[in-house]
Formats: sequence, C-alpha cells, structure tokens
Amino acid sequence: MHESIQVKNITKTYDKVIALNSINFEVEKGELFGLIGPDGAGKTTLLRILTSLLVPDSGEAFMNGYHVVKDYKTIRNIAGYMPGRFSLYQDLTVEENLEFFATTFGTTISENYDLIKDIYIQIEPFKTRLAGRLSGGMKQKLALSCALIHKPEILVLDEPTTGVDAVSRKEFWEMLIRLKNQGITIIVSTPYMDEAGMCDRVALMQKGDILQIDTPEDIAGQFAKKVFAVKAENVYNLLRDIQAFEHTHSVYPFGEYLHYISKTTSNIKEELSNYLDSKNHKSVKIMTVKPDIEDCFMELMTKTVNNGE
Amino acid sequence: MENRGVVIQARNMVKKFGHFTANDNLNFDVYKGEIFGFLGANGAGKTTAIRILCGLSAPTSGKITVAGYDVHRQTESIKKNIGYMSQKFTLYDNLTVWENIRFYAGIYGMKLSAIKVKTDRLMKNLDLEHARDKRIASLPLGWKQKLAFSVAIFHDPKIVFLDEPTGGVDPITRRQFWDMIYETAHSGITVFVTTHYMDEAEYCDRVSIMVDGRIDALDTPAKLKKNYKAKTMNDVFLKLARGENVCPDSYRELNS
Amino acid sequence: MLILFGMPIAQILIFGYVVTNEIRDAKIAILDFSRDDITREITNKLTSSGYFQVYEVLKSNHDIEPALQRGIVKEVVVFEHDFADNIKRNGSAKVQLIADASDANHANLIVNYTRAIISDYAKDLAGIQNMPLQIVPKVRMLYNEELKGAFMFVPGTMALILMLVSAMMTSISIAREKELGTMEILLVSPLKPVQIILGKVTPYIGIAFINAVVIVLLGIFVFKMPIMGSNTLLMLECLLYITMALSLGILISTMSNSQQVAMFISMLALLLPTMLLSGFIFPIDNMPLVLQWLSYIIPPKYFIIILKNVMLKGTGIFFVWKETLILLSMTIFFIALSVRKFKTRLE
Repeated sequence: MHESIQVKNITKTYDKVIALNSINFEVEKGELFGLIGPDGAGKTTLLRILTSLLVPDSGEAFMNGYHVVKDYKTIRNIAGYMPGRFSLYQDLTVEENLEFFATTFGTTISENYDLIKDIYIQIEPFKTRLAGRLSGGMKQKLALSCALIHKPEILVLDEPTTGVDAVSRKEFWEMLIRLKNQGITIIVSTPYMDEAGMCDRVALMQKGDILQIDTPEDIAGQFAKKVFAVKAENVYNLLRDIQAFEHTHSVYPFGEYLHYISKTTSNIKEELSNYLDSKNHKSVKIMTVKPDIEDCFMELMTKTVNNGE
Repeated sequence: MENRGVVIQARNMVKKFGHFTANDNLNFDVYKGEIFGFLGANGAGKTTAIRILCGLSAPTSGKITVAGYDVHRQTESIKKNIGYMSQKFTLYDNLTVWENIRFYAGIYGMKLSAIKVKTDRLMKNLDLEHARDKRIASLPLGWKQKLAFSVAIFHDPKIVFLDEPTGGVDPITRRQFWDMIYETAHSGITVFVTTHYMDEAEYCDRVSIMVDGRIDALDTPAKLKKNYKAKTMNDVFLKLARGENVCPDSYRELNS
Repeated sequence: MLILFGMPIAQILIFGYVVTNEIRDAKIAILDFSRDDITREITNKLTSSGYFQVYEVLKSNHDIEPALQRGIVKEVVVFEHDFADNIKRNGSAKVQLIADASDANHANLIVNYTRAIISDYAKDLAGIQNMPLQIVPKVRMLYNEELKGAFMFVPGTMALILMLVSAMMTSISIAREKELGTMEILLVSPLKPVQIILGKVTPYIGIAFINAVVIVLLGIFVFKMPIMGSNTLLMLECLLYITMALSLGILISTMSNSQQVAMFISMLALLLPTMLLSGFIFPIDNMPLVLQWLSYIIPPKYFIIILKNVMLKGTGIFFVWKETLILLSMTIFFIALSVRKFKTRLE
C-alpha cells in the first residue's frame, strides 16, 4: 500500500490557543478520508497545512511523498483545494471562472474535461450566469469543478457541504465517491456527523485532537456500551425524567427517539421501562439500536472532557 | 394545539423580485408555544419569508399578521414582539457578556434594574456566572450560541426566529441548545426555526418544507413520514426537494 | 481609537498651517541694470520684509528664463538702466516683475507683496524729497500669462487621480480577493507571487494611463493649456508615476486583509497628503519647515514639479532628472518592499 498523505506530530498554535495538538495519521492512495468535528476542532488549520498555506509549528507532513513546507511548489501542482467559503469570482460567469482557474494552473478546460464532465454538465446550462448569482448547491459544484480542473492527485475539501441543503449535500457526496473511484485521493472535512458513513475512514476531531481514526463501521462497532432508543408520547417530559433517572449515563435526542445509555450493564431495558411506567409515560417504546457516529463522538467527547479535569 | 391561539398567520403571501417569485402564495398558521420547523433547500425562499415575517421586507401581496400585527403597516410593533438569532449574527465580539445583554435589553426598553435581576438568573441557569465580565470573543462557540439565544428571548418576545442556530456546533452542545429551545417553547414563546440538520426537524412540533417558493408540505414529523412513506425526515426532505427530477438543482435554476 | 481622535487633530493642525495666504522667504532673483542707491535700498526693503530672500543676482536678460525654469526662484525683479537718475529727472522709473506663474495663486501673491513694498518705498521717498514720484512696476506672469487656474490644477488633478486610480484600486482589488477567499486558491496554485501581482496590476496601468491621456487632452482642448515640452517625455513620466502608485497600492494591500482597511489606509496615507502636501493646492514654500520636510517624501510633489516643468515651462529631461530619479528610486523601493512582504502563505 502506498500512503498518499502522511501527517506526523503536526502541532500548530495561534497565540497560545492550540489549534492542532500533535496530530498523526495517514491516508492511503485512492482513499476517501473524512475529518469530522465541530467548528474549532482544527480541521481548517490541518487542511491549510496540507495545502502548504500554513507552516506547522512542529511536525512534518507529506503529500504523495512531497514535504508540505519544503516542496510547497510541487504540492501546489498536485493538490486541488476547495476552501471553506466557496472562493469564486462573483463577477465572472461560471465558464469564465473555470477558464480562469484552468489558466492559472497552466491547463485548459478541454484537456481535463473528462474528469469534471459529470459535475460540470449539471451547471453547464448556466455557464453564462455570474457565479455570484448561483444557488449554494450550484456554487459548490462550480467550486469543485475549479478545484479539479488541473487533474490533481489529491483533492483537499474544507467543509464543502456546510450551509448546503440536504439534497445538494447528498448529490455532492455521490460525486466524491465517483471521483474516488477514478483513483483520486480525497480528504474532506465536515461538521455533519451523518456524512461520516460516506467516507472510507474518518478521523473524529475535537479541539485540536483526534479522538479516533477508523472506518465508520469499526468506530460504531467498537462502541462498548449498549444504546437504546426510547420514545413516548411526551418527548419533552420523557427527556427530563430520564435525565433524572439514577442509572442514566447519558440521554440525548436523536431524531424522533432519545438515545439512552445506562451505567449498569444488565436488565437495562426492564429497569428503564419500570421507571418510566412509574412516571406515567404513555406508549413507551424501548429498543436496542446500533450506535452511530454521533453516539460515538459524544461518548468520546465526554470521555476527553472528564480526563481533562 | 389549534386552540392555543395563532401567533403568525399568513394568507396568500407573495413576494416577487422582478419576474422572480421568491414566495409563491404561502398559507400557514403558527400557534403559540409551538416549535415550528421551517425547512427548504438553498434558494427555496426561506430567507425571504423570514425577512417578511420579521418586518424587514414588505410582501408583494397577501394578508400576514405576526403577533397580531400587520406586516404591511405595523412593522414597529412586530419588531418589539419578536426575537431573532442566526448563526452569522450573534453578539458583539468585543463587548463582555454583561455589556451585550445590557445593550440588547436596553434596545427593547427594559429597565436597568430588571435587566440586572434577569441577567443574574440567566447566568446561574447557564452556569456562566464566572464569565459575566468576559469578552464574547474569548468564549467557545457553543457558549456564544447559547448566549445569543438567551439574549434573543431576553425581552420575552412572543416569537423567536432562529436561522440555522446550530451550524458548526458539536453534537452535545447542539442537543443542549435544543434543550433550551424546548424550554423556551414550554414557557409559551413560539420558536420559528430553520436548520439543515434533518434530525433536528424531528424535534419540531410541526414542520413546513419549502420547494421553489411554495410550501409543499406542512404537518407533524410523524404524519409527514407516514404520508411520504419515509423512515426519517431526511427521506421526506429528499423526496420532496428532489421531486421527480434526477437533477433538481439544475431544474430549480432553469425555472428561476 | 487613536485614529478616530488623532486624525481630526492632525488634520486641523496640518490644514491650519498649510492653508495660509502668507508668503515666507519666497526666493527671488534680482537683475539690476542700474546699481544705484535706490535700487539697492529697494532690494534691502524686499529682503528685510521677511517675505523675500534674494537667491541669486542675475547679470543679463538671458539669465531670467533659466533662473525661473530651475523652479527655485519664483520671481525676478528687474530694475531698468539709470533707475535713480530717471526718478530724479522724470519723477518716475520702471521696474519689471517677472513671476513664475506655473503656480498662479502663488505668483499673484508674490507679485502683490512686491508691489506693495515698492509702492510703500516710493511714498516714503516722495515724502523725503518732497516731490511727486512714481515707481512703475510692469508685471509679467511667465508660463501662464492669463493666470489661468486650470494651468495649475491640471497637473495637480493628474497627480491626484493617477494616485487614486492606481494605488487605491489595486490595494482594494487585492484586499477583495483576500476577503472573498479567492486569494487562497491563487496561493495554492503554481502561480508565483510576481505573476499574481502583475496580473492584478496590469489592467490598472492601462486604465490609469488612459486617464492621464484624457486629462492632458482636456487640458489642451478645453482649457487651452499648451504643452510646451516633449509629449513623449510627459507620457514616460506619467508611466513612471503610475508604476510608483501601483507599487504603493500593492504595499498597502499586503498590510490589509479587508477592503475597508485598504480603503482607509489609502485615504489616510495617499489622498490627504497628495491634496495637502504635494504643492497641488497650497504652495510648499509657505509651509512651516516640518511640513516642508514631510513634503519631501510625498511622491506626488515630484510628479507635479515634473508636470509643471514639462507642460508649462517646456523644459526637457535635464531640468527634471533629479525629480525623475527620486520617483524612480521610490518605485523600486516600494516594489522591493511589497514583493518581500507579499506572502505565499496565509498568516
């Protein structure tokens, strides 16, 4: 196996605030790798270091074997980068933007049209429209086309789906998977936990640390505790009551259910259902569910907070 | 629920920008103490509708009342009776927590003594007593969002509008935030919220989904899921917003 | 805070000193064909008034033009032959005042002061000698016979507009890219910093140059302003000045991350000094020494001097090489500084 991205002990601080705390990971060639975490986790800083825009305080990183500080000129040729805000020229048309970025990287649209065809074809009907007047989903597609135009070996995407509606997000991930299948290594950051499932492997990040790195399935599989989904007629009171329950380890709303994790290990279901009966909850439903990434993330978060104190 | 009284009533609400119809004949009621989810794809017309309801923009036509006041003529009264918070607009970064509260409450004409009493209680509830004189810029994002929300409802408005309040926040803080929303609704303040997190749509009492300037669905999450034979709100949303087209984004743009 | 309160104070002080209608130590030259007691006395009166300073004494009519062309001497006072004799014999004598009217207001002021001093002297002399006598000043406004304001403000406007278009627009447009985030993509692209800068600057060179040509044409056809010197030299000097302003704009953009900041610095560092301290509106010679020193680092000052020389006086490169050299070295300095400061990475 060949590593496409290597990150070794990368640390970066801004005025005493630690943005990245000795980060280590590797991404294999052709992998779709996700950095998942809330704002302030250090995702953007990490991606900017990889694209040679920032210099780390300590540690090293390599992209396809090239050092991100020393070989920054090569990095800029092999990486395609889509910054957090869709950085397009608002007063140029769709086509002009694409042409501009093609020229910037010393190539032409037609040369690499195959790669962007699937995506660009969707926005081609509006190629004479100004980029500033596109909807969020369209801007995102154009920005991706621009990042791909020079046929990068590694694609670096910083929160491409933030603020974009659920439909466009889904389409966007479908495009990423198609690109991955063409052999491009992709590293992408997102604050949306539900997008983890689309990645080959993910790193869960929080406040400059990586909490865990694994395939989404294994992260969920390694989750030691049992998770129960609970539902009743009055969700608001249900939440309050379970929060007050002596055996509760944690309880959080998850869609129409509450996810409940107990401190005890046996008879969890009976205990809870007896407790809820005693509180007069009607049509109570309790069932075991497979934990998802968000369950794991919250559990990891509380763990690190507790360790830190 | 229907007998709780209507706080927002929209009848035949239309907003046009030139030939483009941003809001196409919207009809809906929002009840007192309700959490009303206002969903839609980017560019479906949500922002336009919220601006009208907040009295920031006049509708092209339609009869709309917010907190009992007419959006054509009584925008000043509307503004006094609503709170507003969005992900982008929160608090003044270089003022302290207390200064921010005093400033916003002052705008709504609250007395200083009343502000003080209420601030003390709020700080206690949020567990932020130690941060009272810290500058907003030095607080973590999650706290900022919670504070911004508390400030938005500080003057006890009838309705609070939340425009993507939880963007970029970690999952625990996001849930704590929704806890606050529940409490607020429980105390009788109507919550009008937009979000891109589909699991949050489940937490709403009722959800409306906008597509191309129209409200295509409006019901409780449970009923919506049943009607659209979907397992989650995400599926409902995808079905509605995606429609029959393979490429709805392009379709939307062509129509606009 | 410092800026908000400091700005108005600094401005009012500068304005107060700059906007004055008095002259101080204006440099004049004397061409005395008579060299008698009276002419010597008049010369003394002029210098002792505090308004004038005799910079050189000329020998012949041929010296007048070059003296004024060099731009230091603002007025030449010419006494006719047999000045004292003429007064004694005819009760009247002639004095010629030749002023450098490339700055019309200043020339007017100087001539009026000279006249007043001479006529005061004539009155005193008449009192002593107890006879009516007259000293008749003949005034000639060189380079701008009709004292047209346009002759003065065309060069000034040119300096101002070229500075604005070039420096302000480049700094704002680069700052805008930073704001939009497009700069981030340009930085990760294989483009070199020099390429990015050139790409941003080239259109503005064109725009600014067209502006310069339009102003000159307006001056010629609307205000009937002659171009005495070489057109080629004029255009080359404009190009040099534009390049200087552009490099200044790039320098500003490397210091600012938003359009607002770029705008503010441009206003503060470029617009006001160009208006006040370049000699565009207010003659530098009349300012307090501190401000005169300050004016030496204001690039438009040199450009205006060059323009006046080339357009109004018709002098060639030999009279403006010093100013040209200063502008050139400023340009090189700014370019070197901004290339050094332009980062290939984010902060």
